[in-house]
Amino acid sequence: MKYESVWEGPGERLPLVDNHDSLGSVTKEVLRAAEVPKPPIGWFIGLGVASTLASCFGLLIGYLIFTGVGVWGNQNPVMWGFPIVNFVFWVGIGHAGTLISAILFLFRQKWRTAINRFAEAMTIFAVICAGTFPGIHVGRVWLAYWLFPIPNQMEMWPQFRSPLLWDVFAVSTYFTVSLLFWYLGMVPDLATMRDRANTKLKAFAYGFFSLGWRGSTRHWHRYERAYLLLAALATPLVLSVHSVVSFDFAVSQLPGWHTTIFPPYFVAGAVFGGFAMVVTLAVPARQIWGLKNFITMRHLENMNKIILLTGSIVGYAYSMEFFIAWYSQAPYEGFVFINRATGQHAWAYWIMIFCNVVSPQLFWFRKCRTSIPIMMFVVMCVNVGMWFERFVIVLSLEQDFLPASWAYFTPSWVDWAMMLCSFGLFFTLFLLFIRFLPVIAIAEIKTVMPQGDPHDPLGGADHHHDHGSAEGGQE
Amino acid sequence: MSTLPDIIRPVTEGETVTEAPTVEDVGWGLMAEFETPAQIMEAAKLAKQQGFRWWDTHTPYPVHGLDKAMGIKPTILPLLVMGGGSTGFTVGFLLQWFTNATNFDFWALVPIRGYDFLISGKPLLSIPAWIPVMFELTILLSALGCVGGLLLLCGLPQLYHPTLRSTRFARATDDRFFLVIEAKDPKFHSEKTRSFLESLNPLSIEMLGD
Repeated sequence: MKYESVWEGPGERLPLVDNHDSLGSVTKEVLRAAEVPKPPIGWFIGLGVASTLASCFGLLIGYLIFTGVGVWGNQNPVMWGFPIVNFVFWVGIGHAGTLISAILFLFRQKWRTAINRFAEAMTIFAVICAGTFPGIHVGRVWLAYWLFPIPNQMEMWPQFRSPLLWDVFAVSTYFTVSLLFWYLGMVPDLATMRDRANTKLKAFAYGFFSLGWRGSTRHWHRYERAYLLLAALATPLVLSVHSVVSFDFAVSQLPGWHTTIFPPYFVAGAVFGGFAMVVTLAVPARQIWGLKNFITMRHLENMNKIILLTGSIVGYAYSMEFFIAWYSQAPYEGFVFINRATGQHAWAYWIMIFCNVVSPQLFWFRKCRTSIPIMMFVVMCVNVGMWFERFVIVLSLEQDFLPASWAYFTPSWVDWAMMLCSFGLFFTLFLLFIRFLPVIAIAEIKTVMPQGDPHDPLGGADHHHDHGSAEGGQE
Repeated sequence: MSTLPDIIRPVTEGETVTEAPTVEDVGWGLMAEFETPAQIMEAAKLAKQQGFRWWDTHTPYPVHGLDKAMGIKPTILPLLVMGGGSTGFTVGFLLQWFTNATNFDFWALVPIRGYDFLISGKPLLSIPAWIPVMFELTILLSALGCVGGLLLLCGLPQLYHPTLRSTRFARATDDRFFLVIEAKDPKFHSEKTRSFLESLNPLSIEMLGD
């Protein structure tokens, strides 16, 4: 019997995994994507397009380095332009993964097990894209090591009071910790792949990366503790990273940037955009790889609820910015906001408002939360809207304090091409991931199945000796 | 054929072969295979009652409560994480203080010198501005300590383990549960332990070679 879990009433829990009655069938179904001899043709087409774009990204970076940052549209007074817009956009997307793995783990949200693995992967790949932009934005990339406190012949140190330097530490720490979290979670599943490998190469590669994991309970005991600790460390970290990114703006003295609302508003926006990207990837992935039994409609609906919540926080932040601009009675502050909504880039502002504030309101209705086309429409809007949010913020630079230097920012073709090609890099990594690594946390998903519970009759429990059967079958 | 040494020469018909005296091979240990998490839980409880010390269970996922049933002591991992975190915190402070608020030099593989970084008239010792980097380094070294400590305590990466040679054991990462008692356990006895394992009603029992 095929069914799909969608709705649960109060006091009633639907299974987190559909249509599976044994642990072994879960392993098989999750790994089918990695074990089929030939992936679907769509995968090859996707990888072809994505890797072409990724290669172009490399060429464009080469062009930039050889020619200089003049190939971008960055021009006085808009010195930040697209590179910083793209950086903040990508690093924001990279927030959902750790939120799902860490924060939802601490809140014991068991539904996260189906989506945490690829949301974490998405985080890593998004942070890779993000890190590229400030790296090349420094202009003379061969001097990028100046960002780090490395002893050098000039006896020169970085300036630690600068938010830009905090950013270097925040983003690199975030990348390292996310990578560790992702990899640690994957070790038991890599061991599963090692034990099922049918070629020498696979057995070697998965064997190498699974570190000799053999599912020992003495190891599991420490592993679970380590996972909990990492979740506890990653939770403040994920909140800090986008706060620090927002400091890049908020610590400056510019109207429109210098506001205390920025850290929480950026974090909510990052979670919002990140979840939208998770849904964007999850819907086609579950369709193409046949993962509908694990990533059920209920999972998608839960994510859509988070999108609605965080979208509303973002909407609140937009209106609060306006209110404070008026309430502060600072003329420059007031001007910036009026100018955002009615000035030369008003179209960008209203795209942002429509995509981030209006479109998620559809998710108040359950029909919309559980309809694939509507869901895809909304999350696509959010992806676009969150990019425009950063665009609007950075473009506050257009009208600075000195009207004589006001300008209209026009991106160059290199700006557009780099933005597009960074998606190529992201999707190349993601497509390789869904082919060669376990897309779903196999070991973890077994813990939320009744078959995996020693106190559940389905897990073989005998009611005579059983102590915990009352709560056993519920989760 | 005639050049082959005696021991691997094929035995010709009618030849008497003297057998080498046999030493009882107890191997590395005994392994019993179970089908459900409830069975391994029961088996672990009984094995603990028997007083074994060098034994383990292997499961495809962390079975809730199995570590308690086996009597595994709490891990010291949190202390290692604490160590990592406090190192990161201290290093974060010292790094920023030395590079931005001092002017002495010392030899750290290369000669390095601090710098009194005066900027916008802010105090040299500007701790509030240093908090983000101190925080990030605290988290970074805690996380490295956590993963490093886990691998250290588990003895991973491990290139070889006797259990991994068994073909049955391949399902320990899929859907089967294993109880392994090592031969070096003082209570291990090749027959008694085997009959103990048989009493647990496993799917199979296998002797693991070294």
